[in-house]
Amino acid sequence: MNEISITHILFVSTALFFIGMYGLFTRRNMITMLMAIELILNSVNINFVAFNKYLYPDKLDGVFFAIFVITIAAAEAALAIAIIINLYRSHDSIDVEDASELKY
Amino acid sequence: MSHYSYIVFVPLLPLVTFLILGLFGRKYFKIHSGSVGVVSLLISTILSFYTAYQYFFIDGKTNAVFQNIIALKYTWLQFSPNVSIDMGILLDPISVMMIVIVSFISLMVHIFSLGYMKGEERLATYYAFLSLFTFSMLGLVLSSNIFQIYMFWELVGISSFLLIGFFFEKPSAVAASKKAFIVTRFADFGFLVGILILAFYSGTLDFRRLIERLTSVQSTEFIQITSATFLGVSMLTWGLILVFIGGAGKSAMFPLHIWLPDAMEGPTPVSALIHAATMVVAGVYLVARLFPVFSIDLTALQIVTWVGSFSALFAAVIACTQTDIKRVLAFSTISQIGFMMFSLGVSKYGGENGLGFTGSMFHLFTHAFFKSLLFLGAGAVIHFAHSNDIKELGGLRKLMPVTHISFLIACLAIAGIPPFSGFFSKEDILLATYQSNKLIYGIAVLTSGLTAFYMFRLYYSIFWNKEIRIQETPHGEGTFSMKAPLIILSICTVLAGFVPISSWVTSDGAPLKSHINVGFSAFPVLMAAAGILLATYLYKTQNSRPQAIASALGSLYRAAYKKFYIDEVYLFITKKIIFNGIGRPAAWIDKNIVDGFMNLLATATAKLSAMIKGLQSGKVQNYALYFFGGIIGLALLFIYVFK
Repeated sequence: MNEISITHILFVSTALFFIGMYGLFTRRNMITMLMAIELILNSVNINFVAFNKYLYPDKLDGVFFAIFVITIAAAEAALAIAIIINLYRSHDSIDVEDASELKY
Repeated sequence: MSHYSYIVFVPLLPLVTFLILGLFGRKYFKIHSGSVGVVSLLISTILSFYTAYQYFFIDGKTNAVFQNIIALKYTWLQFSPNVSIDMGILLDPISVMMIVIVSFISLMVHIFSLGYMKGEERLATYYAFLSLFTFSMLGLVLSSNIFQIYMFWELVGISSFLLIGFFFEKPSAVAASKKAFIVTRFADFGFLVGILILAFYSGTLDFRRLIERLTSVQSTEFIQITSATFLGVSMLTWGLILVFIGGAGKSAMFPLHIWLPDAMEGPTPVSALIHAATMVVAGVYLVARLFPVFSIDLTALQIVTWVGSFSALFAAVIACTQTDIKRVLAFSTISQIGFMMFSLGVSKYGGENGLGFTGSMFHLFTHAFFKSLLFLGAGAVIHFAHSNDIKELGGLRKLMPVTHISFLIACLAIAGIPPFSGFFSKEDILLATYQSNKLIYGIAVLTSGLTAFYMFRLYYSIFWNKEIRIQETPHGEGTFSMKAPLIILSICTVLAGFVPISSWVTSDGAPLKSHINVGFSAFPVLMAAAGILLATYLYKTQNSRPQAIASALGSLYRAAYKKFYIDEVYLFITKKIIFNGIGRPAAWIDKNIVDGFMNLLATATAKLSAMIKGLQSGKVQNYALYFFGGIIGLALLFIYVFK
């Protein structure tokens, strides 16, 4: 069977990355922004696994890194949600535009 | 030599008096501050007389030549193994002579002030300042280090400033004190640069080593300083001229003399002490102190000679026209110091050729007595008549017999009539100038005649001439404390000429025979006598002859009366040229360019930050966008530019 070439996979991951970016910049709801960040991280994970498989098939470094990123992402989600909850307590909102006191 | 170490008390006692009176005087010594000052200075004077006795009669000489003795030395600031600023006491014939003069005249002035300043509210301050001055002057003459002399030089300047401005309620006194301070300070700048030049090339600040190195022709220091030139003149000449500028400022030589006549705003005893007998001869003393170095540099000596002789004649001419007693005396002081200066200028080092040096020091010695006597006499007259304008005075001889006789003695002395002291010292000076420069001799003799004329003009105007009506003053001629110094100084004025200065104070320390040559003396004495006769003819009785002569001389008289417009020239230079040409442009540059640059920086920063502060919006997503944009930019940079 024909192997799927690396370009296809990279195309998917790049699309995923920019979708995440777009979400991050356009959404005002912080939970949605957090979800967008998860998309970005997943696109990076795809890259790691793909490059590992296609360029260094006899090694596992990329796979390990992907697992590492997943762990970090879990921690990051916990942290972000803690921040969001605190923000909600102080501002009664999780809209980032409402939390713009820290400026010039 | 340790057995001279007691000399340290000669200057220290006045310093202690200054501290006591200055700190506690107004509270605890309100009435007795005068006695405190007099007693401490009396001890100081006795010590200095004893020093003179010990130095001149017991152990000053080695092989019939007077030696320099370092009585005390304390290294104060050590810059390098060879260069240090020391505090020390140097004894040689001139410094010993000077401490005697300074302490003695100061004592007389202290005693005179007891009567003169009676009832003064700030008596303790006055005596504190007098003590400060005495301390500084004694320190100055005893200095063993050229930087030490500079420090005492400035201390003398500040105490002179304080005493001139003692009556600070009078605006004229304040102006005079500022003028004196600024003019002498300006000259002291020259002195400082001169010190630095001499010290740089000789590698030492110590007087003895400095003189030793700069006078031995083979030494490397001498070769260096004479071979280095600036504007075609050797550095040695520059250094000496700059030092002389400092001396000329303090000694009120032309053209830096303008402060001295104004300095007469101070109390009269102060004028007697500072502006007649002691401080103003500091310049002469300085040149004498460095005389071995001056004597090998003919250019510098020529300048000393010409400045001195010009000042002597110039001031004598002005003195003939002034009507303020103290101003006449001030100009006569300038004139007499001019004598001392050119006498040093025509002198050479060593032996019979050093007659000018001896004459100068001798004149310094006798001048101190008769000039302080004249000032104290003038003080007594002002105290009695409450006026110092000779147009308002006259006929005081019967009312003030003691002052009259002592003033007459002093006038005869300054005119150079034998056997009064001025005759002997002037003889030495005239002989020295006759031997070396006939033109200077002519100026000197002419000035002697003028001196006799203006002094007797003053004398007749005060004590003869018209009879003025003076309402009976309660204190009469003055207290005993005012008469006693007059009498003592009169005696000194008569006898000072017989002190064998020439066998003690010479340029190289070896005694000199005194010369009194009747044939030579006749001409100057006749000149002086002619001056006196002319003054008698014009001023003994009230008549219109002086007026007629003044109007006949016309503009010349007016120019002399206005002191040859030197003050106006200074005012023109400072107000018109310096203020407009330098001061205002400098102020403009400061305001617009220096400050403007700083303001520009501040404004630019403020503007720029106002422009970019919108970037910090507080919106998280904006920051993320900038961050992302930056990453994209860097990525493009690394992909396409730094491949």
